[in-house]
Amino acid sequence: MIKREKLLEIFTPLLAVIAAFLVGGIFILIIGQNPIFIYGKLFSGTLGNPYGIAQVLFKATPLIFTGLAVAFAFRAGLFNIGCEGQLYIGSFLAAYLGFTLVGLPGFLLIPLCILGGMVGGALWAGIPGILKAKRGAHEVITTIMMNFIALALTNYLIVRYFHMPETVHTQSIALVARIPRLSTIFPKFSGSPLNYSFFLALLACFIVYYILWKTSLGYELRAVGLSPSASEYGGINIPKSVILTMAISGALAGLVGVNYVMGYKYYFEQGFAGGVGFMGIAVALLGRNTPIGVILAALLFGLLSFGGLIINAYVPKELVEILQAIVIIFVIASSKPFRDYIMKLKKKTLAQGIAGTSKE
Amino acid sequence: MWQTIFSLVMVTQTIRISIPYILASIGGTFSERGGVINIGLEGMILNGAFCAVLATWYTGNAWAGVIAAVIGGALTALIHAVVSIRYKANQIISGVAINLFAVGITKFILKIVFHSSSNSERVAGLPLWKIPIIDRIPVINTIFSTPLILLTLGIIILSHILIFKTPFGLRLRSCGEHPQASDTLGVKVNLMRYSGVLISGALAGLGGGWLSLDQHCFTDGMSGGRGFIALAAMIFGKWTPLGATGAALLFGFAEALQIQLQSAGVKIPTQFVQMIPYLLTLVVLASAIGRAVPPAADGIPYEPSED
Repeated sequence: MIKREKLLEIFTPLLAVIAAFLVGGIFILIIGQNPIFIYGKLFSGTLGNPYGIAQVLFKATPLIFTGLAVAFAFRAGLFNIGCEGQLYIGSFLAAYLGFTLVGLPGFLLIPLCILGGMVGGALWAGIPGILKAKRGAHEVITTIMMNFIALALTNYLIVRYFHMPETVHTQSIALVARIPRLSTIFPKFSGSPLNYSFFLALLACFIVYYILWKTSLGYELRAVGLSPSASEYGGINIPKSVILTMAISGALAGLVGVNYVMGYKYYFEQGFAGGVGFMGIAVALLGRNTPIGVILAALLFGLLSFGGLIINAYVPKELVEILQAIVIIFVIASSKPFRDYIMKLKKKTLAQGIAGTSKE
Repeated sequence: MWQTIFSLVMVTQTIRISIPYILASIGGTFSERGGVINIGLEGMILNGAFCAVLATWYTGNAWAGVIAAVIGGALTALIHAVVSIRYKANQIISGVAINLFAVGITKFILKIVFHSSSNSERVAGLPLWKIPIIDRIPVINTIFSTPLILLTLGIIILSHILIFKTPFGLRLRSCGEHPQASDTLGVKVNLMRYSGVLISGALAGLGGGWLSLDQHCFTDGMSGGRGFIALAAMIFGKWTPLGATGAALLFGFAEALQIQLQSAGVKIPTQFVQMIPYLLTLVVLASAIGRAVPPAADGIPYEPSED
């Protein structure tokens, strides 16, 4: 029976994705195009050549960070929808260190910038954590508010102090702080800004897996996520775990800056994220809040987001945004009926078991 | 400087900026009073704005646009309602998905109908009403000559009455506080929640219609975070129509003030003014006195007990 549950667990998101593609197909038909042709282009353009693959991985990198951030918080019973704000503060800090501490050697500056990104994100997420722990303010609302404050704050800093003339971005970070692109090793990836932060994202997934499932801290955080009242009774300090969860989640979101600032543009640009923080929620959801699931979901969303550019010649690229939204809606709409179905199965087997034993 | 602040222009400008905030925040109040969190207001405003322009473009009549805005907003809300009430899904994620969907679908159709990724063609707006005598009174004439401002005024009063003085309002509020108890008393919880969410979509959509018809065109992403400011106003107003209106006017005033001061040569960073609604909301969520507390069952899908 457990096996059947696991299968359902995996197949629900998969079915949701397929169903979303079918609905997307209707949209394509309505505007007078052939869905099979468009989807064929979508997949051949993204997965059919090394450049496409590199672009998919590049687009997936920030989604892994934000998806992981949301999933981590979710496991500990918190809803962090403030990744967008946290990644702005983190990325800004990473960039600031990168163009300020220009005298430092790379082996010091790179870790410092990465740390800066994490600290910025952690601080920004820590505030809603403290508000929740000390004052009971719901983190969903406070993180939304913090998103807009972060956007306004970084805009102010850029416009008032740090922008290059005629632009909305900062100066470039030191050469030694830049993270090399994979195309330096694999020439076939040339043209794609895919860089080593992709591996940092994979490493982050492993670390999150390790913390959550292999350490006592992770055990405590998950216990709080499953039942705050029971874990408080069990002696877990809830306020502390709330603040810590938010800080770690924010630190993960802050890592987005490593990909964008240190590995792609080499500067911080006003409003660069364009919803990556919100998309993290979808990625975490589709990935069932597991690190492996987050990677897979981020790859799918990365594929869609680069694929949109490929099919833009035939249908408006916003088709993929519609697809992404439909995937989310289908996943959440199907999760409860599926859970009920599993419960029914469980009850049935339990009843059969009881009937079996009573007969003996 | 004080002259600019207390000028009549300031008053009318505040009102004009506040209209979408007022409508959407009252909408949010309906939804959350019934027990459904509505993060999707932003998407409902955007879809409303787009439907208004689309319908006006095809019919040439801005009133058709107004009706389309209401319907467009309500239909968007219907998705949120079905997903979160019928399928008992996570309401926050549903709201986020709705916002994403609205951004995608409006741009998609914008490209197909208007062949542009940034804005629609120019459409007619609502004509101003000319009322004798009142015409000569400043501020009042703006309110009474602009149909949608007048309509909003009516909606504010009606919403207050509907939520706090009618059986419908009592039932709606009971579903947001203790749905089990209301179910026992024969209130159809899900029906009430559907109405709350649909009203929220209709109002947010109307707010969007105001935006696009006022500017005579739709521009990409023109909701510009207003749904979230409305959410803030709803909380700041403690989930009441009058409170939400007050908060919306306060936020609108801050924006109008910033515009006025800017043109008067006083430099206040725009960004700080933009932060005001969000900072104030954080303060009321965290403050010890007069703290904002949401309806008890807000965000929890209703499960009728089996026994």
